[in-house]
Amino acid sequence: MTNDLTQFDQLTAFGEPIIELRRVSRSFGSQAILRDVSLAVYPGETLAVIGESGCGKSVTLKLVMGMLEPTRGEVAWFGRPLKQRSEAELHKERLKFGYLFQGAALFDSMTVFENVAFGLRQNTAMNERQIEDVVHERIKDVGLPSSACHKKPAELSGGMKKRVGLARALALDPEIVLYDEPTTGLDPIMTDIINELILRTRERRRVTSIVVTHEMSTVRKTADRIVMFYPLSRLNPHESQIVFEGTTKQAFASPDPRVNQFVNGHAGERILELAAA
Amino acid sequence: MASVPISPPHDTPIHWLGRVVVEMVSALGDLSLFTWQMWRAMLAGLPRASVLNQTFYEIGVRSIPVVGVTGLFIGMVLAVQGYDQFHFMRMESKLGAAINASLVRELGPTLAAVMLAGRVGSAMAAELGTMRVTEQIDALRTLGADPMRYLVVPRFLACFCLIPLLTAIADAVGIFGGWLIGTQVLSIDNFYWWLHTKQFIAIFDVMCGIAKSFFFGAAIAVVSCHQGFHCGAGAEGVGRASTHAFVSSFLAILILDFFIGMFQSKLYYILWPDPVSLF
Repeated sequence: MTNDLTQFDQLTAFGEPIIELRRVSRSFGSQAILRDVSLAVYPGETLAVIGESGCGKSVTLKLVMGMLEPTRGEVAWFGRPLKQRSEAELHKERLKFGYLFQGAALFDSMTVFENVAFGLRQNTAMNERQIEDVVHERIKDVGLPSSACHKKPAELSGGMKKRVGLARALALDPEIVLYDEPTTGLDPIMTDIINELILRTRERRRVTSIVVTHEMSTVRKTADRIVMFYPLSRLNPHESQIVFEGTTKQAFASPDPRVNQFVNGHAGERILELAAA
Repeated sequence: MASVPISPPHDTPIHWLGRVVVEMVSALGDLSLFTWQMWRAMLAGLPRASVLNQTFYEIGVRSIPVVGVTGLFIGMVLAVQGYDQFHFMRMESKLGAAINASLVRELGPTLAAVMLAGRVGSAMAAELGTMRVTEQIDALRTLGADPMRYLVVPRFLACFCLIPLLTAIADAVGIFGGWLIGTQVLSIDNFYWWLHTKQFIAIFDVMCGIAKSFFFGAAIAVVSCHQGFHCGAGAEGVGRASTHAFVSSFLAILILDFFIGMFQSKLYYILWPDPVSLF
């Protein structure tokens, strides 16, 4: 516990957070997903965002990326709120982020090579030779053979798609990488490979990462710090939506039954929902 | 995107009417905002030539067979259907003029546009809808590409520029189809077929039809891309977006056809106060 606290303190002692959610709320129509959420991400750390389905984890990631606007509150990058930035500034700053989508979101009309090259062609003045070098390097980094370059996404397995998605996210050398359920739907071996890639990416490129996940193996292996979200529908009006914030060990030792139930994967009293149905 | 909070449904017709009006105004507002964003993206710069070429090929070149077959059969059907009426009035020789006039002014542009709304509009809505539900549109944004500029602008330009050309093809093939049946099957004299066509159809008529098709092309592109971008979740959402794209484009074509037709008729009488009569 003491070691964990020290590690956590070291992270937060780095100074200014590079990403902040300041009392952010987000609703879709009449359905509130996030309420008054405040969160800070510090340089170099890997933050795991956990919580059950529908609690707003992926929405949080999209808010962080500036792809959704908060209904209330504000999101800030490098200390400055997104609202104060022009479209052009947002566009430029967004390139500091890499985003691995839950379903990889590869462009299905393009080959693997074209997918990874897309950001480079769109945002850099590199010639085709340079683009080719970078693409092959990224493909190699994620452990795929060069022969995969000519394949279309439809010809790839789920794990390969995720790896191509990661190669594409890393093509522009981002400072921050956002992972939206990177291991969902993968077998345990592929899950471990992706976890290893997350770790390697952090070590080699010194990136800051936010990992939204359900998988406790991913959390154990990759996270420096965890925040756990709880669905608004199960909270009282004045309760915080973030029910836990701390290190991995603290999460597993948490006395809070909600945290304990999630990290250990017990249905607990929720099994009664089956009886009610 | 503007969203209008809808209160719980009530049963009275007034409430129902109110809800329908609010939804329609909201949808129209959404479509206007979408169109404005598309113009802004277009003015900021055109997409790369490779993206444009691919879209132009998909929308233009690959639609030629469908449009050709549509035009051919419209012309042939008009000849078969019109012959008996004209024969009854002993005016068979003027059948060509009637067919060709209705083709270039009305049926060619409208039916070609309807066919293209089905072939191109539905496909665009389904493709963009699938991209939306699989987060590919979000992925474009994370990679520094403006989805409007990358996805909507090329489709708009392709529809706007190529649907008039496809309409011209439909007109030409339709005229050929009418001529084929009229002169080769129904034995109408070839000389009078073209003589009356020349007398009755002016370049203004051809231009009216082609001018309409620019509006039809723009409407198909904007409506279909809008449906694709605002597609609901899952396969059901994509299917619905595709159907709505066709139905909305079809309605837009009919409404535009009516108003543009009215305007063109007024313009014709201003330019030529004593029009040529077929009879």
